[in-house]
Amino acid sequence: MTTPLLSVENLSVAYREGDTTARVTHEVSFSIAPGEVVALVGESGSGKTTTAQAVIGLLPENGRIETGAIRLNGEDISRWSGKRLDAIRGRQISLIPQDPTSSLNPVKTIGAQVGEILRIHGERDRKAIDARVIELLTRVGLSNPELRARQYPHELSGGMKQRVLIAIAIALKPQLIIADEPTSALDVTVQRRILDLIDDLRRENGTAMLLVTHDLGVAADRADRIVVLQGGRIQETGDTRSLLANPRSPYARRLLADAPSLGSNTFRAPPAAGEDAIIVENLVHEFHNDGRKAFRAVDGISFTVRAGTTHAIVGESGSGKTTTVRDIVGFGRPSGGAIRIEGTDIATLKGEALRKFRQTIQLVYQNPFSSLDPRQTVFSIVEEPLINFGEKDAAKRAAKVNALLDRVGLPETLRTRRPRALSGGQRQRVAIARALILDPKVLVLDEAVSALDVTVQAQILKLLDELQRERGLTYLFVSHDLAVVRQISDTVSVLHNGRQVEAGRVEDVFLRPQSDYTRELIDAIPGKRSHAHV
Amino acid sequence: MSSIGSLDSLASTHARPVFSLGGRLKRVQPGLVLAWIIITAVILFALFPQLFTSFNPVQGVPAEKLKAPSLVHILGTDALGRDLFARIVYGAVHSLTGAFVAVTVGLVVGTALGVFAGATGGFVEEAVMRVVDVLLAIPGLLLMLSVIILLGFGTVNAAIAVGITSIAAFARLARSEVVRVRRSEYVEAAFGSGGTFLAVLWRHVLPNSLVSVLAFAALQFGSAILAISTLGFLGYGAPPPTPEWGLLIAEGRKYISTAWWLTTAPGVVVVLTVLSANRISQSLGGRK
Repeated sequence: MTTPLLSVENLSVAYREGDTTARVTHEVSFSIAPGEVVALVGESGSGKTTTAQAVIGLLPENGRIETGAIRLNGEDISRWSGKRLDAIRGRQISLIPQDPTSSLNPVKTIGAQVGEILRIHGERDRKAIDARVIELLTRVGLSNPELRARQYPHELSGGMKQRVLIAIAIALKPQLIIADEPTSALDVTVQRRILDLIDDLRRENGTAMLLVTHDLGVAADRADRIVVLQGGRIQETGDTRSLLANPRSPYARRLLADAPSLGSNTFRAPPAAGEDAIIVENLVHEFHNDGRKAFRAVDGISFTVRAGTTHAIVGESGSGKTTTVRDIVGFGRPSGGAIRIEGTDIATLKGEALRKFRQTIQLVYQNPFSSLDPRQTVFSIVEEPLINFGEKDAAKRAAKVNALLDRVGLPETLRTRRPRALSGGQRQRVAIARALILDPKVLVLDEAVSALDVTVQAQILKLLDELQRERGLTYLFVSHDLAVVRQISDTVSVLHNGRQVEAGRVEDVFLRPQSDYTRELIDAIPGKRSHAHV
Repeated sequence: MSSIGSLDSLASTHARPVFSLGGRLKRVQPGLVLAWIIITAVILFALFPQLFTSFNPVQGVPAEKLKAPSLVHILGTDALGRDLFARIVYGAVHSLTGAFVAVTVGLVVGTALGVFAGATGGFVEEAVMRVVDVLLAIPGLLLMLSVIILLGFGTVNAAIAVGITSIAAFARLARSEVVRVRRSEYVEAAFGSGGTFLAVLWRHVLPNSLVSVLAFAALQFGSAILAISTLGFLGYGAPPPTPEWGLLIAEGRKYISTAWWLTTAPGVVVVLTVLSANRISQSLGGRK
């Protein structure tokens, strides 16, 4: 057997916080052969990013490698100084960072930033640098590279910025690329194109890659081997195909079961006939920027949702899905068209009538932290809507709040705490309880599970499903994640640039998509490729 | 926030307790302790002056005039033979109540204006904030003196003048905080769950925006003591023989070449009190 390119041996990293130290990884060991792709998969707090940072020597200041070794081509680099590491960073190991929007310097041109890595590693000829920059930008698929080189980061889209970062990472043809969630901040179709690009470039140069991701679907598509981490410990290591087909550790099994993109291909049973709870007709919403031409964010969207069913609104950023939802819950004023919720036209309501109507339709936000008042306790957050609608009897209120918190699975010990002391999943349970305490007919979920880890996401989706059956709720489910939509919805509208490009039953849309855009979206769901194998 | 929280919980399970007592002591900041001691002493001076000195602050003994600091008169005596330490102790109440009135005026009026502007928005906000800008454009001392000339001389009027000068700063801070909180998702969610404008303002906007306003009030307390002493020094504050700190410095000025303690001692007291108030407000503001 040849020596591995990178081998991490018994790596333990600890963070110091005040006088205490906390270990976040416990004797993690794995290796990467030349040209191989290894995925580090885990949820938030599993130590995957810490491990990747340790490899390239970029741990936060309070982080320290306690035990273990990191060997690059057989040489232990774990105790090297930053200065010594500079010589191999970029040349032998390079990094594609997570968030393209904050990883480029806003006051330097793209060309200067790509050229910088060449300059740092000793290239002095300005003409040669310029030529190489253009070549790299062309290589990562940016149109009009001469123009891009002169532009600043804010003039580029998220996907284009990620391409620039990839250009920087491959500039010196390193042996190993560390990609830390390289596409998590991007839309699915963009995500797929970026991952394809990385794959192509990697194959061309025979580069190995350490892919850090929370998305088992992405890992399944792209990696040769998968390392599953939980709580800083390796749960399972194995070759992708056999790990997916036959996971041995209970954690990997649970992760696999909870990943919506790898789940079964079944759809929900068609619902029984009922009244229409939501009717949206030809909805138009324009934004007027002073002086300039009005911008049409939503352009003629129509759909109806039967009571007790789930309708999904799917689209990428800028598709108009958030604007649509804000109009439906009465936070925005549509410029045209009609919205009827349970027979009432919400756009005509004002003041007290609108306030009263809020008992019928409730919204759950994407971010469960910013949508809960940091100074209130869990109990008073859920109690507040009852006070708003005039329930004077404190004992009655308490009984109702406690019964609902029991139902959403929040233990009693947590009820006097503030949101800061809860986990993401617990916070989202509080937000759901607050929305349900008024017994609304319609619940609008705006990316309500997107910020959660997969296993937590699966639990919340299950809770939502049960609540819908018990209470006959109608859901409007906004998401960019088609895999989740397939699992939870009955009908779906696909939005693209403010227009509705497709609508219908989930099964029809997924199995027989009519528009090219929908087809592209469905193909971009990670985990598809491995499905073909298994 | 959350990452720190999770680290904390990790720390409690895995961490080895290393010198935790030493760490605890290291965290106690000596400057802050000193600041609290000084402020406490000044407050006690104001509440129970007779506990600290047996001399009369107003009635002097002519034979004892202009004595240098000694064991009997620890800070010496002035031209009328009054004990300087007694005058400083009895003067604390004037400076403290003055500062208190000033901060209250600024806090109440300024915060009310700022919250009103921030919560209503639109034309009303513009109008209120432009008035505040005008207030801010007038130099502080000039504004204070003009207000005193309008209201008349005296300790309370001087305090009100100082308070009016700080209205603009309070209003701006309160407005910016309210605007920040009003845009947050939890405020929108509160409206979404049926809250009326006033209920949401009271339950969510005010508690979340007033933290920094209160820290600023503590900071203003120091500046107010300084401003009131300035007015006293210029003769716009309490009339003699009131032992107000600014006035003490002004009276001692005439003897600066022969009796240095008459200006130095009250000056040092003012400086220490102001610094202590600033240090304490800093710790309040940083804690959140």
